[in-house]
Amino acid sequence: MPKIDEVAQSLAVELKKGKADYLEARFEENQASQIIYRGKVLESIGRSTASGGNVRALVKGGWGFTSFNSFDGLKKRIPLAIEQAQSAGRGKSNLAPVDPAKETVPSGVTKDPVTIPLAEKKRLLDEYNEIIWSIPQVKTSSIRYSDGRKKVIFLNSEGSFITQERSDVTLLLSAIAAKDGEVQQALISMGSLGDFNKITGLHKQVKEIAQNAVALLDAPQAKDGEYTVVLDPLLAGVFAHEAFGHLSESDFVYENDRLREIMVLGKQFGGEHLNIVDSASDPAGMRGSYKYDDEGTPSVKTYLIREGKLVGRLHSRETAAKMNEKPTGNARAVSYRFPPIVRMTNTYIETGAMSFQDIIADIKEGIYAKKMYGGTTAMEMFTFSAGEAYMIRNGKVAEAIRPVKLTGNVFNTLQNIDTIGNDLDMNQGGGCGKGEQMPLPVSLGSPHIRIRHCLIGGK
Amino acid sequence: MEQILALAKKAAKEAEVFEIASEETRVRFEANRLKHMQNNQSTSVALRVIKDGRIGFATAAGTADKQQLVKDAVETAAFGSEAKFKFPGNARYPKVNIYDAAVESVAIKDMVALGEAIVAALTSHTPGILCEAGVTRGVITVRLLNSRGGQAEYKKSFFGLDIEGNLIQCTDMLFVGEQESSCRPITDSRQVTDLVLKQLDRAKEKAKSSTKLLPVIFTANGVASALVMPLITALNGKTVYEGASPLGDKVGKQMFDKAFSLRDDPSVAYRPASRPCDDEGVPSQKTPLINKGIVRGFLYDLQTAALAGKKSTGNGSRGRGSLPNPAPSGLVITPGKTTFDEMVADIKEGLVIDILMGAEQGNILGGDFSGNVLLGFKIEKGKIVGRVKDTMVSGNVYKLLKDIAAIGSETRWVGGFLQTPPFYCKELSVSSKG
Repeated sequence: MPKIDEVAQSLAVELKKGKADYLEARFEENQASQIIYRGKVLESIGRSTASGGNVRALVKGGWGFTSFNSFDGLKKRIPLAIEQAQSAGRGKSNLAPVDPAKETVPSGVTKDPVTIPLAEKKRLLDEYNEIIWSIPQVKTSSIRYSDGRKKVIFLNSEGSFITQERSDVTLLLSAIAAKDGEVQQALISMGSLGDFNKITGLHKQVKEIAQNAVALLDAPQAKDGEYTVVLDPLLAGVFAHEAFGHLSESDFVYENDRLREIMVLGKQFGGEHLNIVDSASDPAGMRGSYKYDDEGTPSVKTYLIREGKLVGRLHSRETAAKMNEKPTGNARAVSYRFPPIVRMTNTYIETGAMSFQDIIADIKEGIYAKKMYGGTTAMEMFTFSAGEAYMIRNGKVAEAIRPVKLTGNVFNTLQNIDTIGNDLDMNQGGGCGKGEQMPLPVSLGSPHIRIRHCLIGGK
Repeated sequence: MEQILALAKKAAKEAEVFEIASEETRVRFEANRLKHMQNNQSTSVALRVIKDGRIGFATAAGTADKQQLVKDAVETAAFGSEAKFKFPGNARYPKVNIYDAAVESVAIKDMVALGEAIVAALTSHTPGILCEAGVTRGVITVRLLNSRGGQAEYKKSFFGLDIEGNLIQCTDMLFVGEQESSCRPITDSRQVTDLVLKQLDRAKEKAKSSTKLLPVIFTANGVASALVMPLITALNGKTVYEGASPLGDKVGKQMFDKAFSLRDDPSVAYRPASRPCDDEGVPSQKTPLINKGIVRGFLYDLQTAALAGKKSTGNGSRGRGSLPNPAPSGLVITPGKTTFDEMVADIKEGLVIDILMGAEQGNILGGDFSGNVLLGFKIEKGKIVGRVKDTMVSGNVYKLLKDIAAIGSETRWVGGFLQTPPFYCKELSVSSKG
């Protein structure tokens, strides 16, 4: 099996010689293991290895891209990518300048999760599954564990040669309860940048979700309509990522004059207490963290909204050049099979001043929505489902209700966020999807936030 | 492959090697302009072993280290689930037409011309619209070998067009989109662009929905995005075996409207979902699932069938390089007699739902679905009067399909996996903001 280091080295000179405005290559090698339980049964346990690469060329504003996992005839891949770029190119190439870098970035993980014996991983998951099944009325459960380590080498015609390694651990665990044809579900979604310990010791939380799933069977449903809604850090993080974050991805915006009119820097999108950040550099060590993106651009902390004003957005080198802004290091690809596109990293609402108690204190009738079941957006419209929900009555969290679905227009909703809590918390279970590229490791978070006039749909 | 099988047979009693190789070329338009050209080559191999009665599994993409692959598979077998099935021996496969050599020879310039025609059709109809369009062609080769003499090999070609149009006025954003796929070259983009133009025509005016129970027409897209997912889960042999399917104990019972029939059909000629055998080498067959509203059967792979005391229906699917699981190939819903226009004419006040967003997030097992209407239209006095916004719908598939007003006569393939006509449902809970 050829080592990707040698393969990459062998292309460095060729890339500089290629007749294109810009050329880059990316090579990847990874190992992973996965354990899946369905109900009481271990459904599948497997290991995988993969290696492959790609060459991307830019000619007159057009991109050519070829991916492969056979390294035979490697050198022919460069002219192929150039030829494709030539037939796509009908304008002018424009990339924001980035200093070439030569660096090797280790994963920083002390214990590679892939090398932990399968028996040890299975023992932990068995414990969690037994806890779920110890709760009566649990009808079925589902556990998905996966880990991986990955080495990516990036090189381009400008002289960059960057080797980055990372590890990843994710755990998705759900309990499904059923009674009289009613089915309810509760879940935990967690992850870490390769630290297996982050998913150990969750026994108490696991028991809680199983109990929650059962409790939901008897919970009443909220009446559809507009409410004052308080979101917990996880769900507020989902809102920041799904509803707003995707609109900050400049590839949506840069060739779209009308969207540019909406997303004008300096425009007031919310109250002065509202700050939304995307940053792969700080906090470090999260699943969305890295030093260089997949175009070799160093990551930075980017304020998207500062004091309620739109002040930034996420860029690749191309979108930054087109919009005359600075690159932010947000060009990411899920694997060598795809070209990098503008993506989020760690996205969060910055911490505010108010305690949770004060946030709910003056709500006569409202809804406290917690955790995440899912979420999608289409430009300004969003829908996301809470994993748990409670009525708020006279300033207090009252009875549990069926999980609610929140929906609305993101611009109105941002304006309607009237209070931000002092308890920022990040979740790392996220796998973001965009186009065909998923799941991309991200993290998201927020303090508790309060939204006025939020549309709630029950089922 | 033969070498891997030989190596694996030394370490385990039974083994199966599954290889999938693909080469695909894509032309991509963004913001009305030709933007990317892509070529993707990929080979991956999956090894499944049965050792001491347990299943082990490993995959390798790219240059596989054969020894490592066998070692990984054997290691996982120590913890794997108990194998209840036997690999199928040499079998006869039905002839299914899924390869057309013409696909491989479609010139890049012709693919570009198709994309340009799509963009031109939309931009000349609606100035200011921004289109993304893709034209894709490719070939997949699948090979399977197992230790009981089973062997299968087939080649499939595919060709696809996809369109997404985006029109923004102030903070109002309209999304339209369609796709079309085949195992043969698509030479005329008009069929698919006409559908998008129709969406644009209907969306020209804006309308406001009431918050109440309303009759709803789901277009073919709407059926795929809202109604079918809960059924796929309920008809999965695995869900049934686990006792979680609401249809599990309902075989032979009338659970749906008499007009509703659904089958799994991997043999439709030149459909990308078709194939001569599944991913375990079991020959393809047509499987009736719901016939005139009566539950007739479920989808099985080898292991699930063995556990449930049934036979595999040839629905073992490997998804993303995982172990096989039951999954549909191509689902076909029998059309009815009512035209779409007749359905609209019949409704005093109601909705047409074309694309529902977030429909997959509800309580799927229970048949609940809900979502935001991403593209939908208001019907007033038998006419479509405009697009609705900020509108949510919710319902239960089992209740909704028990008594259907009508099933449409115009049927089409959507999302590559479902052939369906529109459905006219009597009432659905609709809530609208504002």
